[in-house]
Amino acid sequence: MAPETQAPLLRISALTKRFGGFTALDNVSVDIPPGQRFGLIGPNGSGKTTLINCISGAFRTEPGTVTFRDEDITRLPPHIRTRRGIARSFQIPRPFRSMTVAENLMVGLDFAADTSVIVSEAHRREAMMSILTRMGLASKANVSATKLSQVELRKMELARAMATHPKLLISDEAMAGLSSSEVDEVLDLLMSLADQDITIIMIEHIMQAVMRFSERVMCLEAGKIIAIGTPDEVMSNQRVQEAYLGT
Amino acid sequence: MKRNGIYFWIGAALFLAGAMLMTQVIGNQYPFFACYVILQFIVLAVAWSILGGYAGYVNFGTSAFFGVGVYTAVFLFKATGVPLAVQIAAAAAVGALMGFALGLLTLRMQGIFFSIATIAATIIIETAITNWRYVGGASGIQLQRPAVMAPFDNYVEMLFFVQAVMVVLAVAISRYIQNSWIGRGLQALKDDELAAECTGVPTLRLKLTACVISGALMCAAGAPAAMYLQYADPASAFNLNYSVSALAMSLIGGTAHWAGPVIGAILLGVTQQLLTVTISSEVNVLVLGVMLVLFVVAAPEGIIGLIRKVRSKRNEGEG
Repeated sequence: MAPETQAPLLRISALTKRFGGFTALDNVSVDIPPGQRFGLIGPNGSGKTTLINCISGAFRTEPGTVTFRDEDITRLPPHIRTRRGIARSFQIPRPFRSMTVAENLMVGLDFAADTSVIVSEAHRREAMMSILTRMGLASKANVSATKLSQVELRKMELARAMATHPKLLISDEAMAGLSSSEVDEVLDLLMSLADQDITIIMIEHIMQAVMRFSERVMCLEAGKIIAIGTPDEVMSNQRVQEAYLGT
Repeated sequence: MKRNGIYFWIGAALFLAGAMLMTQVIGNQYPFFACYVILQFIVLAVAWSILGGYAGYVNFGTSAFFGVGVYTAVFLFKATGVPLAVQIAAAAAVGALMGFALGLLTLRMQGIFFSIATIAATIIIETAITNWRYVGGASGIQLQRPAVMAPFDNYVEMLFFVQAVMVVLAVAISRYIQNSWIGRGLQALKDDELAAECTGVPTLRLKLTACVISGALMCAAGAPAAMYLQYADPASAFNLNYSVSALAMSLIGGTAHWAGPVIGAILLGVTQQLLTVTISSEVNVLVLGVMLVLFVVAAPEGIIGLIRKVRSKRNEGEG
């Protein structure tokens, strides 16, 4: 399993995204090998969320391609990408408000579950409960999504993403606004998911969390990659420090 | 779930048997005239709520679909004299096409913008029909009913039964959608379209499905109306009243369950018929408005929502 010889799970090449005259992403290229815990950092407005919107399909990109498991997915709509194995959580949680926690997960299981394993309704319920148990939400299964606390909402978003049977999970600031003990809780959850062969891209502003979690970190500034490497390398990079602290 | 299904179909069979019995027993024409209108509104409300309720796309164009249904039947009848069943099937096909076009609209417009676009479409279509001489233009067209078919001895009785069959069809489709993966997908996209899409829900395909089914049912419901009145004119076929009624009935009944629009349509339809007879046909529009305001304020989830609230309170009391 030498990472050099392994084909990347996700390959982004020469990706550019413009909103009118504003260039949110400028010629971004990066390979993410399978199983990697990948941290994505950068100041506000640097293009982190735009990048994951391009990966998950919410935005179409003109110049540039996104390749996932050796397949060009640049033109695929989001729901097909989800079925191919790309799941995400949202920076501001977007639960299905009219549903219970269990039903939220059932949407994922109904539309994007691994059909080779899950065939019957009973299978689906079983899979749903096992995900909820792992996320520590089993007791909330029949609670309306509107009644959850902030940390529960974050966990439910991850659980819903897990219900789609992802190979790549993108966590968009799942820890923003949480207390430090809650941050640890969510971090442990992400770590345990990464142990199950799920590649994770984590966007985060909380540096301790990024440093603890990531095997590799990329820093964006104004739509450009300014540093990529091990967490220590990136943190000690002059330009990263300038971007975060100012000169 | 299975047992529910059996009960549902037994209920549907009993309903149709009752309707058939009515046509054989009751001699007076008036009940059929009145009940036909109520049945027609049930179909419209149920069809409306497939898109407006399950998917959350508020369609103000019910009257466009209804009117196109009416004029599809008028055109076919005048041009070829085909039987009623063919007129209805053709109207459903035209409605499905219109629904497809409406579905494509959802790609670019959501919320209030979608609703406004449906009103605009209604006006455009009505204007087109008004200027179409062949089907009577602005002055309308008189139609001569053909001979009535076997078990019925009166054309209105037959139309009444046909509309009853359409009610069963519409409700069965709506119920199927609600209980299937389509319903779950529509509910998800109603809550949050992007989140649904990112959870694997093919939102565009589901919206198109809902629009096509809703449109086909609305047009089909309108097809027999020309023969019912023996007359069709653009101002009444495209009357905004159909749009408002279908919407109000669905919302008052509650859109969270297939039974909501049925309850709402029966409640409002009966009230309207009673008011039309006892006071005047203009008052029923006022009553519709007042009831809608009352429900939006006091019970935004409609009657279905009220029932659920009472039930959950009772459960809490017991638990």
